[in-house]
Amino acid sequence: MNIPRRKDFRAPRISWRFLHVWRRNFLVWRKLAVPAMLGNLADPMLYMLGLGFGLGSLLPQVNGTSYITFLAAGTVAYSTMNSATFEALYSAFSRMQIQRTWDAILNAPLNLDDIVLAEAVWAGSKSFLSGTAILIIIWVLGLSHSLLTLWIIPISLLVGLTFAAMALVMNAISPNYDFFLYYFTLVVTPMTLLCGVFFPVEQLPAALRVVAGVLPLFHAIALVRPLVSGVVPASPALHVAVLIAYGAFGFYVALVLTRRRLLV
Amino acid sequence: MSAILDIRDLRKSFGETEVVRGISLQLERGQCYGLLGPNGAGKTTTLRLCLGLTDPDGGTIRLAGLPVPQAAREARMRLGVVPQIDNLDPDFTVTENLLVYGRYFGLRDATIRDRIPGLLEFAGLSHKSDARIPTLSGGMKRRLSLARALVNDPDIVFLDEPTTGLDPQARHLIWERLKQLVAQGKTILLTTHFMDEAERLCDRLSIMDQGRIVASGTPRELIAAHIEPDVIEVFGDGASDWGETVGRALSQRFERTGETVFCYSTNVQPLLASLDQRRELRVLHRAANLEDVFLKLTGRDLRD
Repeated sequence: MNIPRRKDFRAPRISWRFLHVWRRNFLVWRKLAVPAMLGNLADPMLYMLGLGFGLGSLLPQVNGTSYITFLAAGTVAYSTMNSATFEALYSAFSRMQIQRTWDAILNAPLNLDDIVLAEAVWAGSKSFLSGTAILIIIWVLGLSHSLLTLWIIPISLLVGLTFAAMALVMNAISPNYDFFLYYFTLVVTPMTLLCGVFFPVEQLPAALRVVAGVLPLFHAIALVRPLVSGVVPASPALHVAVLIAYGAFGFYVALVLTRRRLLV
Repeated sequence: MSAILDIRDLRKSFGETEVVRGISLQLERGQCYGLLGPNGAGKTTTLRLCLGLTDPDGGTIRLAGLPVPQAAREARMRLGVVPQIDNLDPDFTVTENLLVYGRYFGLRDATIRDRIPGLLEFAGLSHKSDARIPTLSGGMKRRLSLARALVNDPDIVFLDEPTTGLDPQARHLIWERLKQLVAQGKTILLTTHFMDEAERLCDRLSIMDQGRIVASGTPRELIAAHIEPDVIEVFGDGASDWGETVGRALSQRFERTGETVFCYSTNVQPLLASLDQRRELRVLHRAANLEDVFLKLTGRDLRD
């Protein structure tokens, strides 16, 4: 990896033209919308049904709810994280490096900053879709009847933007697709296991609880799980602020490193 | 009239290596300007500098009257680019490629849709409007890249090695289209290392080598200024022996690559007389061309 130059650190320069790039990605997605949506629905549903009923039948209530309801909240956060992460790693990388779509766009009156923003917002949009899909499953399975669950829709977008920005940092420094496995092994998988997707964080030893508490997925779940139970989350501003902080910092670092990579 | 592209003393280094070393050139409107040079001469870097995709270490660029890189985004509104490597959108049809690209310029869908039939006709792709990109031949992709570069009705078009990798039919078709564009009043800046391409298309050209412009002018001027008018190429067994013993002495300039010798002269009669005695040698007598100038100025060594 090359060391960023001074000019790579300048403030973001973005314009509304980023929407044209978002729209381009949307147009590609629309061509395969039906299988994509089915994937959004089927994957978490299998998790929730398999683990929720299979494992859940062995368990007493978890934190006062059925295990499947507990798991459903974790799945919202986990799936929104994954949607944005996959989009901002593999799909963005193929547009940047393999198809050279970004090069074509850079010859038009758009800046690299516009493109990186568009990729982040697009990946966030994918999370919005998966979050909404799981919410529908939650309603259909009757796991929650609270109107508070509607908050899951904007939260999915926020969580998506956060993880998209973080993944775009990896995209900026990756030599190839294989490189992304490090990110899954070192970041995504530990976060999934530590942050309370499958079991309450309180079950972890104190030291690991501290680690979990600083990870973004923990704060996503801290927002979603009470909502599924029909309760207003405790200190929502803190959790939102942590997600925004990860997202904003990730976006800036991604921008600096992508400029270093492409504007040589 | 002011130049549509005005480059003064442009410099760019990558690390320790200075790849563009003080380039100046001016393009007048309606001109086809060629930038020639071997691989690594700095042609593509010069284009990237003009697009504002990389910042110069020195010098100034004005494109369509705007300073680059400061106002590069605005300048690119007036510009079309055909890149060296096709980067069409493989997920889209031919028409969708033009539509989506037009949107990047802030054009309304209705405006773009009005332009698409004309662009497809120009590119000879009317029958392929709904085809997906992977089904197109290499020549069709290049033509679509050209059509895409015109979607914003630019004043100036950059083409980076537009015909590399194309078969002769496809190459001639691209040439025809580029001539049409110039006839319509567009300005063209193209890089190439095909001398016949430059000789046919370019009103003016510059030969670049190792980051510098080593010669500029019309193709005729360059040939007249830099090279003797006649060339005799001799090849086959014994050609280099004949060259070293006879050819070198009878030529004004003499070059040898492997078993082929090149004799440049203003008076080739003595050479031809000598070769008359050596019927076993194969001889090609021709007028000097741009390639001879190019090889004289940039050398015959490989540039890898």
